[in-house]
Order: sequence, then structure tokens, then C-alpha cells
Amino acid sequence: MKALLDIRDLTLSFRGLEGENRVLHGISLNVAKGEKVALVGESGSGKSVTARIILGLLQEQRSTRVSGAVEFDGQDLEAMPAKARHRLRGTDISMIFQDPTSSLNPVYPIDVQFHEVLKRRDPKITRAAARERASEALRDVSIEDAKRVLDSYSFQLSGGMNQRVMIAMALANEPKLLIADEPGTALDVTVQAQTLHLMRDLVERKHTSVLFISHNLGVVREFADRVYVIYKGKIVEEGPTHALFSDPGHPYTRALMAAVPKITGGGIPEIPDRSDSFSEPIVVHPATEASS
Amino acid sequence: MKRTFVILASNPMSLFGLILVGVVVFSAVFADFIAPFPEHRGAVVDFTNFNQPPHWPNIFGTDLVGRDLFSRILYAYRISLMLGVVVLAIAVPIGVTVGLAAGYLGGWVDFILMRLTDVFLSIPPLVLAMAIMGLLEPTLTNGMLAVTAMWWPWYARLVYNVTRSEAQEGYVLAAQIIGASRLHIMFMEILPNCVPSIVTKMTLDLGFVILIASSLSFLGLGVQAPTPDLGSMVAEGGNYLPDSWWLTVFPSLAILIAVFGFNLVGDALRQVLGSDQ
Amino acid sequence: MSPVVRLLAKRLSISVIVLIGVSMLIFTIARVIPGDPARIALGPNATAEQVEQLRQRLHLEDPIWVQYGYFVRNLAHGDLGVSLYTNRPVLTDIAQFLPATLELVIVAGIFMVCLGMPLGILSARYRGRMADNLIRVVSLLGVSAPSFVWAVILMLLFAFFLPLFPIAGQISDTIPPPHRVTGFLLVDSLIDGNFKAFFSALHHIILPAFALALSGIGQAARLTRANMVETYDKPYIEMAESYGFAPRRIANKFAFRPSLIPSLTIIGLDFAAMLGNAFLVEAVFAWPGLSRYGVQVILRKDLNAIVGTVLVISAMFLIVNIIVDLLIAYINPRIRLANGGRT
Repeated sequence: MKALLDIRDLTLSFRGLEGENRVLHGISLNVAKGEKVALVGESGSGKSVTARIILGLLQEQRSTRVSGAVEFDGQDLEAMPAKARHRLRGTDISMIFQDPTSSLNPVYPIDVQFHEVLKRRDPKITRAAARERASEALRDVSIEDAKRVLDSYSFQLSGGMNQRVMIAMALANEPKLLIADEPGTALDVTVQAQTLHLMRDLVERKHTSVLFISHNLGVVREFADRVYVIYKGKIVEEGPTHALFSDPGHPYTRALMAAVPKITGGGIPEIPDRSDSFSEPIVVHPATEASS
Repeated sequence: MKRTFVILASNPMSLFGLILVGVVVFSAVFADFIAPFPEHRGAVVDFTNFNQPPHWPNIFGTDLVGRDLFSRILYAYRISLMLGVVVLAIAVPIGVTVGLAAGYLGGWVDFILMRLTDVFLSIPPLVLAMAIMGLLEPTLTNGMLAVTAMWWPWYARLVYNVTRSEAQEGYVLAAQIIGASRLHIMFMEILPNCVPSIVTKMTLDLGFVILIASSLSFLGLGVQAPTPDLGSMVAEGGNYLPDSWWLTVFPSLAILIAVFGFNLVGDALRQVLGSDQ
Repeated sequence: MSPVVRLLAKRLSISVIVLIGVSMLIFTIARVIPGDPARIALGPNATAEQVEQLRQRLHLEDPIWVQYGYFVRNLAHGDLGVSLYTNRPVLTDIAQFLPATLELVIVAGIFMVCLGMPLGILSARYRGRMADNLIRVVSLLGVSAPSFVWAVILMLLFAFFLPLFPIAGQISDTIPPPHRVTGFLLVDSLIDGNFKAFFSALHHIILPAFALALSGIGQAARLTRANMVETYDKPYIEMAESYGFAPRRIANKFAFRPSLIPSLTIIGLDFAAMLGNAFLVEAVFAWPGLSRYGVQVILRKDLNAIVGTVLVISAMFLIVNIIVDLLIAYINPRIRLANGGRT
């Protein structure tokens, strides 16, 4: 089966005053239809820029240079005219951001923002029809008093509520791919867990593919079918979640796992700031029956 | 300081501003040597060569009594700049002290000082200066007084806002804990953090003081004849438009060039020192 | 709407306090100046008795707070005293000249908002590119000259060199002016149904209003740009981009409105500053507004008229600021729904 998203040998450099600064050193990853794939790494490893390349947000800046292939649904995004790529945003691909409250516009109520989102799929949709659709989408994320939420501004709602609104918006246009960039990291741990559950149930029901970007191994383990570990712009290990967690092969992955403090105590683990072993070649776990 | 200057000089726009400011300051300071007719800054009359369009040696033409416009503009720059420097030298310390006191001490000091500031700020700047200037005699000293009276509240407001936010910062709390005096905290701890905003505003304001002073004299409420002044030159020449266009055009451009120069530099400083607003 | 009403009440009461402060300030300045206002008003030829009489009438013999008391008592009756220059009540004088000034300022304000803000939006949307740099230079030039310089330059270019606009005045001499209802020529001519007068007035107001607006246009453009550039870094703009909203819609809707809130206060102040700058433009274009009156009463040290003029202009200034505050409250839901909850 052909992958929905297939990234091959993607590189990214920023042109600065002191020459080029390479951020991605040829990464390859794919996401199958209905699959939930996690991209794990520390901040600055290149996770978030990968997401923004898929959406075509970085290519629009003049200081960036991207090479490699990004294939989505059988089309090469890099070869596509900018207009056609733009058309995919918010329709076939949508994204959820880290901080739900500051990602919603503070001067428009939720229903106005929902209306804009729905117009991406159906430009002629009326405000009333949009409200109807939005209420349904909100019920999908277990918001019962949709009317009150739609009339509210983001600052009147709790962080968890805003996160649900964001999930509902992101899935309202039935996208084929959802990119979740550190979703809910700004929220309380319990609220984060609740909303992730909701999101997982919803994407499984709708068979949406998900590229899940995170630094939090615990969350990744619960959520993803398959994991890529990224370190300094290179994929260092990939494989099905279970295989990777039970037998981490790459020294960096092991360090990353060791870095998670255990709730049972034992102190904060010590890991080296950098190590030569981190640049060892990629470790690939064989696919199990769950993934293609 | 040196770094700031290098950054300014490397951007074409701000370099242009630096050059304009340099030219204006240079011509004001060395007017005695540059001006072809230094004696024309006073009450000189030459009816053999009056109201003439630009020609050699009167490159900007001559005014209604035959004085060289170019020389008079150079001396007008000198007076405008001096006025600007004196006004800021008085207005800034007053405004800064008021702003610091109101912002840091709070309570009734805050209430009284800031309401006083509000009173000054709620008379349109030019109108306040006009009223003061009109009630006093129109002399250079009174002109400075009038412009100073309308200028200090803006610094009070600026420093007040910065002080209010800085007072919450950790370093201020730390100074309080070790028992530093209020005066020490206000002037030695908080004030240095206001300096970038103040310096930026002062650069911009040197231009704006020239602008306001010329506006006052344009209305006949500023420096009196025969002292050369850009505003009164424009006012005088305005009656002879369009035939004697040089009487208004050159002094007008002189104002524009000076203020534009200070604005370009101030604008660039604001970006370099990161003190927007 | 109760939070807005509360805001309005608070602003009004502060304004009244400030206005009292303004009256005390200007009153003090007017009375402590050297020289005898009565002697100056009557001129050097008046007899000592005449001067003495006027001093009595103006209560100049009394201590300053008693004088201020008289002033406040009269003010409460809507009486700002009699101008020594025109011998008419100050309020009558102001009522005659103020509408023309206000009309000029309002039209200039419309120019400022309708030209300055869109320029700022364009500049922010194309930040760092050619259009941005061009708009920056133009708006910096705009704020770099007093309005009388712009008035002279525009008059030279568009009234003399290219005679597109009239040189001076508020309406053509050949057209009978409309009946005075509001004092605003543009409004009165429409009320009369006199379109000839309306278009003549419109034709006359464009050049002076534009000269008055130029620095405001520059200021509004710069401010709008600065605040929008800051907004463009906010996560909600990235989110809007990730949904593929059109760049123009992102600029005009999602980025503009949040940045309008910090811009508006200062744009309001600039608008109010035009009340002062109108004096300069009026002088160039022989506009029959408050300018000539104001300058004359100042030069003649006409105390009542000076205090009255400053007070009325300050009141206008405060009214503008209140209107701006209400606008902000309308745009910013955090103020409108003051109970807000989370921030």
C-alpha cells in the first residue's frame, strides 16, 4: 500500500549573514493511510520545521532552501505550483499547535474562526450552516454546550477547552493528514492526557493519518503506531512503537529514554550533553503486521 | 556605543540620516565660516539686490530686504539646534524625575504627579506653547520655556510606564531586600533601564523641537526679527507665492531636511536599541 | 453593555478633573505674567481711570483664587467672559470660528485613517520588501515637516503650478453659502440641498485637509506597521497560515484587528494634535477657522479669550480621547466583556 505522506532525503538550510546553516540533513519518513506516526526529538532537532515544510510554510520565506521530495497522496509537493500546494492547507492537511489558547485569535469569537476554517472546504458556506457544522464537530470532541463555546472568545475558555476546539477545527474539514506539533504541551498533564485520548479516538474513527511531533516519550508510546527518532536534523532510529521501546537500538534513543525521570524515584538521570555515539548510523526496526 | 554607531552606519537609510544630521549640525556650528554673508543674520538692508531668485553668489536667492537666504538659513539652524538642546536639557531631567517618582513610589505621589502630567498632555502641544508664548514676551528664552513646558510630560509618561514594569522585576526586589534606599533604586537601578528609550526619544525629539519651534515662529509667536528663523521666513515668504517661491521653498526644505535626518537616526536607534514604543 | 457604560463614566469623570486642572493651569499662567492685562488690552492711549475701571471689571485687584472663583462661577453659567479684542462674549466668538476648524480636522482625520492605516497594513504584509521600504520612507517624510511646510508645498504644487485646487478660502466667492445650521459647510450645504455649494466646499477643503493630515498619515502608517509586525509573530497568525487563509485576508482581518488596539490610542492622540496644527494650515490657506482669532487674542493678551480658547480646544481633545477609548472597548472583547475570566 502506498504511503499517504512520503518524505525522501529532505534537507533544509537557512541562509544567514554567516553563510548557510543546515537544519535538516536528508531525512526520510513516511506515514501510511490511517497510521499514527510520531517524530520524537529534543527542541532544535528539526521536528517542527519538518511539519512546516509539509504545509509549505517555510518554502515561502526567502531565507530558506529546501531540497528532497515530499510526496503527499501521490503528488510531489515540491514540484507542485505554490497555488496548488496552498490549496491543500486546511483542507487535506491541517495542523494543531502547541499552545491552544494563544493559537486562537483573541479578537474573534470561536464561531467566526470556525466559519473561516470551514470556508476552506466549502467557500460558499453560510454563517448559520457553519455554526451547525461547528456544533457537530465540537460534539465530536465531547463539548456539549457548543452554543456557549462558539460564542466565546479564546480567553474566556480554559486551556483544555481551547485544545478541544483546536482539534475539532483541525478535523472539521476531514483532512487526510493531521500534523500535531507538540499538542497540549502548554497544558496541565491531566488535561493533556484527556485531550490526547479524545484526539486518538477521533482520528481512529475517521481514519485520519497523523504525524505526531513530540519530545515526550510517554505520550508518544501511548499514541503512536510507529516512531521516528530525530537528532540534529537526522533520523537516528525508526520502527514500530512497541519494538522501539522494548529494544532501543541507537545510543541517542537510549539516552532519550534514560532522561525521563522515573515516577518511582532514583534521581534525575545523567546524560551527556553530546556524544560521538549519537551520530552512529540509523537503526531500523523491522515492520510488524500493524504497519506497512 | 561604538557598536551602535557601526550598525547605524551600515544601513543605507540610517547612514543617510547620519549624514543629514551631520550636515545640519556642521552648518550650525561653523555657520560663521560657511555663510557667504555672515552679517546678513542681523538687520542688514541691501535694496540693490532684494527679492532676487537664486543666482551666484546668493545660491538660495535674497529676501525682501536683500539679505542672503542661504546665510540666514545656516544661522537659523544654529538657533534651532541650540533651542532643541536647551529644551531637552531641561525637559528630560524634569520628566524623568517625575516619571520615576510616580512610577516607583506609587500611591498619592503617583496620583498627583500623573494627573498633573495628564493636565499638560490634554492641551494640544502647539496650543499650550502658543498660549504660554503669547502671554509672555516673544523672546528666545520664553520660547524655550514654552516648548519645555509642553515637552516634559511626554518623558514623564514614558519613564512612568517603564518604571511601573521594571519595578516588578527581580533585580529591583533584590535591591529592596538588601536594603537599598529608594533614591538608589530609582536612579541607580531603574533609571539605567530607561536609558535606551530615553535616548531614542531624545534623538527623535531634537527634530520635533525644531518642528514645533518653527511652527510657533510661523504664527508670529516665536523668535522675533531680525533673528533668522525658519518658521518666520516661511510665513513672510508665504505672502509672495508663487512668484518669489525661493523665499518659502528653501526654508521649508531646510526644516524638512533637519527633522527628517533626526527621524531617520532616531528610527534606526529605536530598532538597534530595541526600545519600540 | 454595562462594562462600557462604567468605562464611559470613569473616563468622563477623569476628563472633568483634568479639565478643571487645565483651567487652573492656564488661569494661573494668564494671571502671573508680568504687565497689566488691562493696560495692554486698552493700549497706551487709555487714561488711568479707564484702566482702573477695566481692572475692577476683571477683578484684577482680588487675590488669584478669588479671581478663579469668579471664573468658575461664570463658567457654570456657560459664560467665559467677554473678549477684550472683539468685545463679544468669548463663547460667541468660538462658536463662530470653531466649526470651520473642526470640519477641517475631521476631514483630515478621515484622510489619516483611510490612507495611513492601509499603508501600514501593506507595509506589514510586505515587510522587508521594496513596498515596505518605500512606505517607510514616505511616512517618515510625512512626519518630518510641520503642517505649514506641507501646506506651502502642496499649495505651490497643486494650486499654483498645477491649478487643480483653489488657493484659499472655504468656498467660492461666487457661490452663496448655505444657511448656517451646524456651521459645518459640507453638512449645511447638504441640508440645503445646495450641491453646488457642497462640491465647492469639498473642492476647497481637500488641499488644506491633506496638508494637515500628512504627518498623521505617516504616523498612522508607521504605528500600524509596527504593531502588525509584532502580531505577525503570534501563534494565531501561524495557525491562520497553516489553514491556508489568503495572505490578504490574514493581513486585513486576523493580523490587523488585534494590532489596532495598541495603535488606536496613539492615533487618537495624533488626531487630537491636529486641533493644534490646524492653526498652521488655516494660516496658509486663509481658512476662516479659529486660527486667526486665536493668534490675535494671544498677541493682544486677551485673557478671557485665551483661557476660553484653550479650554474649549482641550475639551475637544478630551472628547476625542473618550471616543477612542470607547472604540477600543468595542474592538477589544477583553474590555467589552470586562468580567473576562482568564487572561
